[in-house]
Amino acid sequence: MSSALLAATGPRPVIPDFGTVSSCVRDNGLFCVDWFTANFSSMFGPALVQHVRLTVIAVGVGFLIAFPLALLAHFRRRLVKPLGGLTSFLYTIPPMALFTLLVPVFGLSVLTAEIALVSYTLMVLFKSSLTGLGEVPEEVRRAGEGMGLTRREILWRIELPLALPAVISGLRVATVTTISVVEVAAFIIDQGLGSPIIQGLQSPFNTQFIGAGLLAVALALAADGLIVLVGRLLTPWARTRRTV
Amino acid sequence: MHTFFASFSFMTDHFGLLADRTVDHLKLSAAAVAVALVLALPLGVWLGHRGKGSFLTVSISNIGRALPSLALIAIFLGLLGIGFVNVLTALVVMAVPPVLTHAYLSVEQVDPDLVRAGRGMGLTEWQILTRIELPLALPVLFTGIRIAAVYVISSATLAAVAGGGGLGDIILNQVSYGLSGVIAAALWVAFLALAADALFGALRKRLTPRGVLAGRSA
Repeated sequence: MSSALLAATGPRPVIPDFGTVSSCVRDNGLFCVDWFTANFSSMFGPALVQHVRLTVIAVGVGFLIAFPLALLAHFRRRLVKPLGGLTSFLYTIPPMALFTLLVPVFGLSVLTAEIALVSYTLMVLFKSSLTGLGEVPEEVRRAGEGMGLTRREILWRIELPLALPAVISGLRVATVTTISVVEVAAFIIDQGLGSPIIQGLQSPFNTQFIGAGLLAVALALAADGLIVLVGRLLTPWARTRRTV
Repeated sequence: MHTFFASFSFMTDHFGLLADRTVDHLKLSAAAVAVALVLALPLGVWLGHRGKGSFLTVSISNIGRALPSLALIAIFLGLLGIGFVNVLTALVVMAVPPVLTHAYLSVEQVDPDLVRAGRGMGLTEWQILTRIELPLALPVLFTGIRIAAVYVISSATLAAVAGGGGLGDIILNQVSYGLSGVIAAALWVAFLALAADALFGALRKRLTPRGVLAGRSA
């Protein structure tokens, strides 16, 4: 290789050196650990970080929209049906269709992806928050009134803490769903674990798309477990199973 | 806005193509839901009847929910190669958890007093299942099928990346069909999912015994 070419392509050649490649990579094994670890810092790691970032933003913004809406619907019951219907409608639109439809309006940007991602979280977060707020037994609320609590104090001291388990289980479902939808977002933005999958599918080499796929599954399971754990710590009084 | 108008003229101009892909899409989705029903429905109903296996069904539903659809298709692509079987398997894996959990819950939540009353009247286990538990379970059971069907129709769009055909083929191929074609297919898929949701909702109402509906609204 001439030094001019070396300078143009940088010190690390883009084309893999087929001379020293492992037999797994040469034979295109199902999952080559050596290739996966060798490319982790350049490909899978950054994609994983982007995936987490996109998910956290979507669930965070989704919660900031859905929870106030649930509060509103909790006090104005006639809003329950229209808000529930709207969020269900958004949830039912297939992710790929929604991403595609938003692109002509907002362009190929992270904003477009996040708008779609947020819209998927709303249904789960709205319903779980509303269920949680409604879960307070009437006697408990009455007892609060009897103790002289104002409506606001009842909300903060009684209804919100008792709503927490349902809200957390909603966050759990929303997070896991979002992790799944972020993969699809890679069709419009070059971010997240969907991106190595989609690029990897262009060639028959297995490790890239299987690796990214496994990583996404691992991420979803880890996030699921983490939220369950945080939920247990936050609600030590609720040792009930509210998993379904 | 112009893009959206162009997509409507694409729909009328290429109606045959869209109809063709829609048939593929629905065939794939129906096959996946059917296989999932065969696998999960009897198991869920049986576990619910026995009142055992809540841990199993809850775990399956939690894990199932955590499996990203594109990741599943990618993983099965490595295992099974490109084509219908790969995508079908991935979609079945996505459809089983909601069907199984709802089948289990639907039967398990039937009032035990009713089951005992049936047993007291001398009904066999099979009769208890078919005459008491299943009619009462139908609404929840159907919700599971509805969730699975909508989820599968939605995810089948991704099938195109693994050679599964369907409407995703058009959405992912802007080079051949142009932006208006992509938008048209996306609108069409969205419509399909919403229509399936509405259809199953209506079917659920139709199939639910009147007594159950009355009891629910009361």
